Order: sequence, then C-alpha cells, then structure tokens
Amino acid sequence: MNDNIAIKVDGVNKSFKLPHEKVSSIKSAVVNFYKRKRTFEKQEVLKDVSFEIKKGEFFGIVGRNGSGKSTLLKLLSGIYTPDAGKITINGKITPFIELGVGFSPELTGRENVFLNGSLLGFSRKDMGKMYNDIVEFAELERFMDQKLKNYSSGMQVRLAFSVAIRAKTPILLLDEVLAVGDADFQKKCYNYFMSLKNKKQTVILVTHDMGAVRQYCDRAIMIEKGEIIKRGKSEEVAQEYQKLFIGANESVDTVSESWGEGGVEILKTEATVKEKNIFITTKYKAAVNIKPPIYGFVLYNSAGTNIIEANTMKDNIKTSSLVAGEVAELVWEIPNILSDGKYSISVACCDTTKTHFYIWVNNATGFEINKLIKTAGLVNPKVRASISRI
Amino acid sequence: MRHYISKENRALISELVRTDFKLRYQGSVLGYAWSLLRPLLLFVILYIVFVKFLKLGNSIPHYPVYLLLGIVIWNFFLEMTTQSLGSIVGRGDLIRKIRIPRWIIIFSSSLSAVINLLLNMVVIIIFMILNHVDLLVTTLWLPIILLEVYLFALGISLFLSAMFVRFRDVGYIWEVILQAGFYLTPILYPLALIPSVTFQKLILFNPMAQAIQDARWSSITHETLIPHTVFQGGWYMYIPFVIVVVTLAGGLLYFRKESRYFAENI
Repeated sequence: MNDNIAIKVDGVNKSFKLPHEKVSSIKSAVVNFYKRKRTFEKQEVLKDVSFEIKKGEFFGIVGRNGSGKSTLLKLLSGIYTPDAGKITINGKITPFIELGVGFSPELTGRENVFLNGSLLGFSRKDMGKMYNDIVEFAELERFMDQKLKNYSSGMQVRLAFSVAIRAKTPILLLDEVLAVGDADFQKKCYNYFMSLKNKKQTVILVTHDMGAVRQYCDRAIMIEKGEIIKRGKSEEVAQEYQKLFIGANESVDTVSESWGEGGVEILKTEATVKEKNIFITTKYKAAVNIKPPIYGFVLYNSAGTNIIEANTMKDNIKTSSLVAGEVAELVWEIPNILSDGKYSISVACCDTTKTHFYIWVNNATGFEINKLIKTAGLVNPKVRASISRI
Repeated sequence: MRHYISKENRALISELVRTDFKLRYQGSVLGYAWSLLRPLLLFVILYIVFVKFLKLGNSIPHYPVYLLLGIVIWNFFLEMTTQSLGSIVGRGDLIRKIRIPRWIIIFSSSLSAVINLLLNMVVIIIFMILNHVDLLVTTLWLPIILLEVYLFALGISLFLSAMFVRFRDVGYIWEVILQAGFYLTPILYPLALIPSVTFQKLILFNPMAQAIQDARWSSITHETLIPHTVFQGGWYMYIPFVIVVVTLAGGLLYFRKESRYFAENI
C-alpha cells in the first residue's frame, strides 16, 4: 500500500440481522429450529463504502442519526468485522468511540486513570509519569482518591478526556466527543483539536457539527442510508449536509400555544424572509375596547435561545386604542442578519403596565434561513474592517 | 507470538487482573482472606462429615491433606470456568466500544484464578508440614499436573464464554455439570471405595479425576489410585490427556471464530 495512505476502505458492506424474536436461549433455538420460523430482517447498514484517508489529514465523516456513520467507525476501529470488502490500516489506531470506556464506578479516580490508560496501551510506569499532568488538566486534584461513583458526570467526562488526549497512536478516531460537557470543557476540546491539526496528526472525526467540520477537517465524506453520497472538501460536504435538512423541512413546525387574560385575539401571524429584511405580520382583533397597548415579539433559534426581542414601548412606536371588533395589522421589519437555521416567533400584546397580558402566543410562526454561509455565529451582520499601517 | 506479549497487552492484562482483584471483595470486611477461607471452610465441613462421621479414607495416610488438595484443585477449576463464563458478557462495555484482543479478557480472568490457586497451595504446604507428610521426589510433577488442569479449564472457559454470548442458558447448564462433576470426581471419597474397576476406569477418563489423583499420588502418598495402576498401563490411560488437548484446541478455534462477532452479539 502507498505509504502516504493511513486508511484505505475498499467496498465495505455491513449488515445486521435483526431477529423478530431474539433467540437467546437454547430452548427457543431448538423450538424455532423445528418450527422453521427463524425470521429476521436483514438491515443493510453500509453498502459498498470505499474511501481513502491520507496521512496527516483531518478527515470528517458526517451523516444524520442512523445513517451508518457509527457503524463505519466501529468497523474502522476493528470492533466490528465487515461482511465484505477490506479495510487496511497503516499504523496503529486509537478509537474514542466514547469517553471513559471501562470506567468502573467502584474504583477511585486514580485507579480508573490507570485502568483507562492501559486501554490506550500505556503501562503503569508510563501512566505514573503522566499522572500529575492528567489530574491537573482535569482539575480534579482533590477528588482522585474518591470512588468514581461519587463524581458528577461532568467530572467523569473531564477525567476521561484528560486521559484520552494522552493517546499517542498515529491515527485517532473521535466520535462526537464534543457532544458532552460545558462550554469550558468544549473550549478545551477545540484547543486539543487545533493542536492535533497543527501537529499534522491523522484524525478521523465523526460528527453532526458542521462548524467543527468547516474549522478542522481537510476533507470529509457524507453518509446517507449507508452510502457515501458526497465526498470532497469539507466546505462542500458541510453545505451538502445542510441542504439535507432544508429539503426535508420545507414547512417549519408551528405548533403554537397561547395564553393570556383575553381581550385581544390574534388572527394570523406570518413571516416573510427577503434577502435584506424579514417581515413579521400579525393581525390583532380586539374583543373589548382597549387603551393603546404594547405589541411585542420574541425571535428564538432552534436551540431556544432568545435572539431578538422587541416591543412597541421599548422601540418607541406609538400605538392607538382599539374598539371592540376592530382589527389591527402590525408589520415588524427586521434586518436579515440571521445565520442559517430554523427560527420561531412568539408574539404578544399587553397593556402599558406590562402586567396585564391580553394574549401571548408561543411559536406563532416560524421560518428558515438558508444562505449557506460559513459561520458558527448566531448572527452575521455585515461587518467592515479597515487596515492601515501605523 | 511476539505481539501476544507486547507491552500494551501486558499492561492491559495487569490492569484488568488488578481491577478484578479490587472489585471482587469490594465492601467485605475480610476482603481477600475469603479466597482462602472459602475452600478451608468447605474442607472443614467435608472433613467433619466424611472423615469423622463416615470414617472415609481411614486406609489412606494423610487423608485430611489428601482431601484438601482435591478440594483446592477442584475449586480452582470451578472458579476459573465460572468466572470466565460471564467475563465476555460482563466486559461488554469494553468489547462494544474499544478494540482490545478478546482473549485478553479470558486470560486476565484466568490469571486471578491462578493467583488464588497459588495462595491456596501455600495453605496446603502448611497443612503438609503440620501433618508430617514426607516430601516426595515426585512432587516435581505437581506443577505439570496443575498446568494440565489450567489448560483444560482454559479450553472450557474459552468455549463457554463464547457460547454464553449467544445463549445465556449456558450458565445454568454449566452449574449443573459442575455439581455432577464434583460428585463424579473422587474428591471427597477415595477412588478405591468404588468396587467396580470398570467404573473406576470410567471415572478416570475425566481429566479432572485423573489430575487430582495424579497430584495426590505425586505429592502426598503413593497409595493413591492413578490411571497408570487402574488401567494397568493400557494405551487408554492417555485418554484424559487427549481430552484436554481436544478441549483446548476446540475452545480456541470456537472462540476465535465467534470473537469477531462478540461486539454485535452481546
């Protein structure tokens, strides 16, 4: 095999038999044998998958849940055996399928560090040398002689991560390591990734996070229903991956719920996305005579983060009183600085004391932004920069 | 061969054995002493019932030590096979998530049984001294006989642990077989107590019976019935060894075939 290639996957197939009734006792095996009723579904998880990873490459594998990417990872690390095809690995590989594999709750933190280290191929002597660094990095000095079962889950993850990054094998497999931990911990992860990238380490990263793919990966493949449907530069693959979700979700889920003390009814809320601006149109109908109210809206992203909040009082917009039966239409105009993703809007109407809510509708409408721009920020307003020599 | 005893594998085995030890007697006051106390207590019970009440083994010199040696060897076999049986399934978290050579799991669980055996052998030596057993030259055979028991138990362990991944009944079946084996092996009664020579021969086909008898003959008293005397030198005195070799080879082959699919079958 070419010396520049770290991993070569050639025509790999993998399927699992999913028995309709699991045979895990000899009696049922015998009974079923005579009944000839051993039915099972054959689920093809990977179909004819081929690709190559070069040495020193940061390689991404992306795909939706259930697309087969974790199975591929397990095949690469040798946990599963392919049904057909061949996987050639040039050099040793360390799989972090999960952090803290083999951690035992009954052992102390210290004992677990040594056990976990041995799974990465380190002897007690090696671990003894690294031990202090590991503990310091995990910031768990005071807890090392306590049993792991008394650790919080965050502490366990920190400990596991601190051991895991000691792995020195030429090829590293990382699976969704970023999915856990708080912001502080994630920052450590990113720093670690960056150091790997700078060191030209061969890394295979399996993830949903297109931000990470864009930032770290040189190349990537996208798997869908067990087949590679896109391969190439990480940017292209990340775009393709995001398209996957846009196609599937033309209509944004709008299960709205409303509460309030009555007096005003919301007839309709609509969002229109234009290139420059987003318009939110709401029709209010007064059931009784009301004094000039405050109208407002909140814009959330798919993670539920409040992105924009506005109301007529804060923004000094004059409103007028309504008589029973009157309908008012309000149009909000927001500059379209939003990043790609799904958004939902809640609208409300209350009196000037802000204590009496006529109505509040959660998730009144929603929309999707799809500019295919390269950013992990929540918003992307146009920014200017000037550079001058001093 | 070299990569089997590579630095990584040795580190892993030593850590797994250590963990086994730490976890086994977790939360018990006497802790590790139990692995010595267990066979000793069994010995006391059997000694009172069979030697004091039923007057078995009066004709055999040093019968208490003779009895204890049988119990210790049997216990080793029992401990090793039952521990290994569930070890693959018990370590399922490792097998599903990380690539480690599968045999290491069986090997490390067998090692903790071996360590127990060695400690128990120390107890036996103390008993031999207390009982004024003369040191026999043939004692040199003892390590080889124990190795035979180990290999036999290893073959069975490999087979059972791989089978247990697919069929959980194996655990219950093996329990029954061990129970039957305990009585079909001359552990608490002297083999000479069985009047029919045919039955004596049948019993000695069992490698465990052969090994226990040979171990007693070599290290305690030559007044032990061993295959050589029972079969009067016939070729079939080698049958127990053939069984050991076949079991080990079969166990290895079956384990190797099955181990590729452990991760998906557990």
